[in-house]
Amino acid sequence: MSHPYKKRLRRSMMFLNCQKPGLIKDPYIYKPDSIMLDLEDAVAENQKDAARYSLFHALQEIDYRGVERVVRINGLDTPHWKEDIRVCVAGGADTIRIAKTESAKDVQVVEEHVLAAEREFGRPEGSTLLMAALESCKGVLHALEVCESSDRLIGIALSGGDYTKDLQTVITGTGVELQGARQQMIIAARAAGVQCWDTVFTNLDAMDVFEEEVRMIKMMGFDGKSLVNPRQIDIVHRIFTPSQKEIIFAEKVVREIEEKKALGIGVFTVDGKMIDIAFYDGAKRTIALAKASGVYEGDL
Amino acid sequence: MEIRKAAMAGTLESSDAQVTVEPGNGTIELSIESSVIHQFGKQIRAIVLDTLKRLEVESVKVTVVDKGALDCTLKARVECAVYRSNDITENLPWGGVIR
Amino acid sequence: MINAVGREIPKEVLQATGKEAFKGAYAYDNYEYTKAAPKARTMMDPKRSKMVADIHEALVKCEIKDNMTISFHHHFREGDYVVNMVMEEIHKMGIKGLTICASSLGKANDPIVPYIEDGTIVGIQSSGVRGKIGEAISTGRLRDLAIMRSHGGRVRAIESGEVHIDIAFIGAPTCDEYGNMRANGGKSDCGVLSYAMVDAQYADKVVAITDCLVPFPNIPASISMTQVDYVCVVDEIGNPAKIATGAAKPTTDVRKIMMADYCTQFVIHTPYFKEGFSYQTGVGGASIASTISLGKIMEERGIHMGLGLGGITTPMCNLLAKGLINKIVDTQDFDMGAIESIKSNPNHIEISASEYADPFNKGAYVNKLDFVILASLEVDVNFNCNVVVGSDGMITGAQGGHPDTAAGAKCTIVIAPLLQGRIPAICTNVTTVTTPGETVDVVITDYGIAINPRRQDLIACMKDVKLPFCTIEELRDKAYAIVGEPEPVQFGERVVGIIESRDGTVLDVVREIKEYEFAE
Repeated sequence: MSHPYKKRLRRSMMFLNCQKPGLIKDPYIYKPDSIMLDLEDAVAENQKDAARYSLFHALQEIDYRGVERVVRINGLDTPHWKEDIRVCVAGGADTIRIAKTESAKDVQVVEEHVLAAEREFGRPEGSTLLMAALESCKGVLHALEVCESSDRLIGIALSGGDYTKDLQTVITGTGVELQGARQQMIIAARAAGVQCWDTVFTNLDAMDVFEEEVRMIKMMGFDGKSLVNPRQIDIVHRIFTPSQKEIIFAEKVVREIEEKKALGIGVFTVDGKMIDIAFYDGAKRTIALAKASGVYEGDL
Repeated sequence: MEIRKAAMAGTLESSDAQVTVEPGNGTIELSIESSVIHQFGKQIRAIVLDTLKRLEVESVKVTVVDKGALDCTLKARVECAVYRSNDITENLPWGGVIR
Repeated sequence: MINAVGREIPKEVLQATGKEAFKGAYAYDNYEYTKAAPKARTMMDPKRSKMVADIHEALVKCEIKDNMTISFHHHFREGDYVVNMVMEEIHKMGIKGLTICASSLGKANDPIVPYIEDGTIVGIQSSGVRGKIGEAISTGRLRDLAIMRSHGGRVRAIESGEVHIDIAFIGAPTCDEYGNMRANGGKSDCGVLSYAMVDAQYADKVVAITDCLVPFPNIPASISMTQVDYVCVVDEIGNPAKIATGAAKPTTDVRKIMMADYCTQFVIHTPYFKEGFSYQTGVGGASIASTISLGKIMEERGIHMGLGLGGITTPMCNLLAKGLINKIVDTQDFDMGAIESIKSNPNHIEISASEYADPFNKGAYVNKLDFVILASLEVDVNFNCNVVVGSDGMITGAQGGHPDTAAGAKCTIVIAPLLQGRIPAICTNVTTVTTPGETVDVVITDYGIAINPRRQDLIACMKDVKLPFCTIEELRDKAYAIVGEPEPVQFGERVVGIIESRDGTVLDVVREIKEYEFAE
């Protein structure tokens, strides 16, 4: 049976530097769906050890009040990742984000070490989830095999900075350079039945551009976005939360389909729109998202 | 554990603490400077001594410059300094003496 | 004895000051007393001039001598030069034993600390002190008890004759040769002269100090020539850049914005939020953010603020300019926008500190407040606030109008982040009580909102409101669960200051700080 939290709501996944005690002590106040405690890029090379002690005690002692605790570990090309995995599992991280993933093999190597650590530290086998960050052209091209690599894998995240370097371009602000990767990844994720998250947006002076980008990736089908600042959380939640109009419509669709199915009617109209069984899953998803976002109190 | 050489961990940023360990003379010599000494001096001392005890450090000179760190940070900084003084960065006893 | 906020007030302090212990925020309602009056000197000969060559001459003509009480205002805030300039001259003259009665003292006045040490200054009465003066008091270097009193309490002390000012030194952005002072124009514009008005009325001698002498008559005057003995022109009365800063950028700190939103949501769900409501707020990031978010809702619903009171910032003036506020009644300007507004908008009006907050006049503006939004260093489970004594035991803040507005407003809201570093803002007992809990109705933190159980009416109106309500004890427990339970600050024995209630009774005492000792 798959992990009960594999498909939880992950609209906002906020990075936090593990080496900064002031940042990791109460980020739950901002109500992100997930925090991503970073052992990788945010932590200086000579502080990798120090960040692990902070991480361990934060995971053990801070009550993150239901916010998912993801840890971004160092890449498989570094000397740090094995100890990173040990501390994540020992501390009880919910999910490990694998940096610079390029293949199914990368995920499987991490999985082996996670399993070993679960055994070492007496954690239930399979309790630690994984997500993979795709940061290169090769990684993006291998999106589907990565998505299908492990039962623990909750999804894939685009890491736009490194990816555009590999593509020999830069983040332009237009999104044109990320189009291919975004499309490829969301298609792969859906094909494999896992989640998919967009890359960070770092210009905090351009909140309007950020908002547009969030709208776009929502329309593309993404589940959420990696974030760098608590100011971004509310915007993402607002855009990813179904409107009352959408909720009411979804509710009608679900009820009508269930009713009409019993009567043997296949196609009918709701609020003037042609509806058939193909709308069922989408409407159910809208209700589920509304519930998870705390805006649905109905009985569906 | 023995303190083999001087080692330091942590910063002087708000909510952090900088902990320095140096080889001792058979005892635990502890000095604490804290921006919250009045309200939390006792707790800071207790957590530092407790962490050293768990790590079986018995001879050390410890200097803590605290900027309002929580207990979890104080522990992390003490442990890091002690393991650094032994050049240990891998296969740490997570959940064992580090807890 | 134990006073009405549960604080032990030593008998010796009550004896030495002739004061009573605090009996409740409204214990002196309907109290009858005789007002004090200053000694005045006539000015009949039109040929005689009020102009003096320098501060020295002003001091000589005012017959400064040992043990006098002199007063200052703090409208120049951290840009003030007047206090230091006058004290330097007094020090040169070898005068000793002075008491300074200031509306407030800040870090800008650090240079007077040596005069505390050498006995030039032996007493300080102020709404608060920061920086090195606070340290000097807290380390026991001031001879007499420091008295911390609110803006309204200061007016009461002066009007009732509890403190008699021998000479008032009033820095004036513009002044004419006969002493008509205005807060607008000149190089050191400060918008209003509210705090100084009572000094001018009640001091025996009044010296106007200006760096911008203007032709007679400088009217309408904030302070009239009828109260002024001498006029002294100096090069600079302050640093304009520090008197009025540019408007603070609206905060981007999500925590503050969240608390501001909670505050606005609370405000609009009270019965007081209706056409013509009155409102005062502070200068903190959360307060300003709540003014901005409240303004949006006022605009949406077409509700106007009848009265905006107190220390004024640009966001309030913006609402006035949009026609969302009918009148701003002003005692202090915190930024350039506020100063520009009072100059140009006829509905933005200067009042005296007495009209603002004096509990012993026949009715102050604070009594007409529906809402006041305040900050606090600490709030305890009895809703008592501390805005003066820091977590290290040092005096480092000011009562300002905090106790006055809290006592006056129908709905007093305190916004405080639950934790400042490791220091919990919500605690079992505040270090020092500076505003009594009976006057505080709501505490808003990033972790939840607590309504004072004395306000069952407010609790009832919030029954169906979706805000994170909890009890004040729950807030404290959340804080302690994260940081641990703090020990009380270790103080020395000697009392170095008293926190005066606005009615003149003793709310609390402040003791000398002492080095922390680990109890064995």
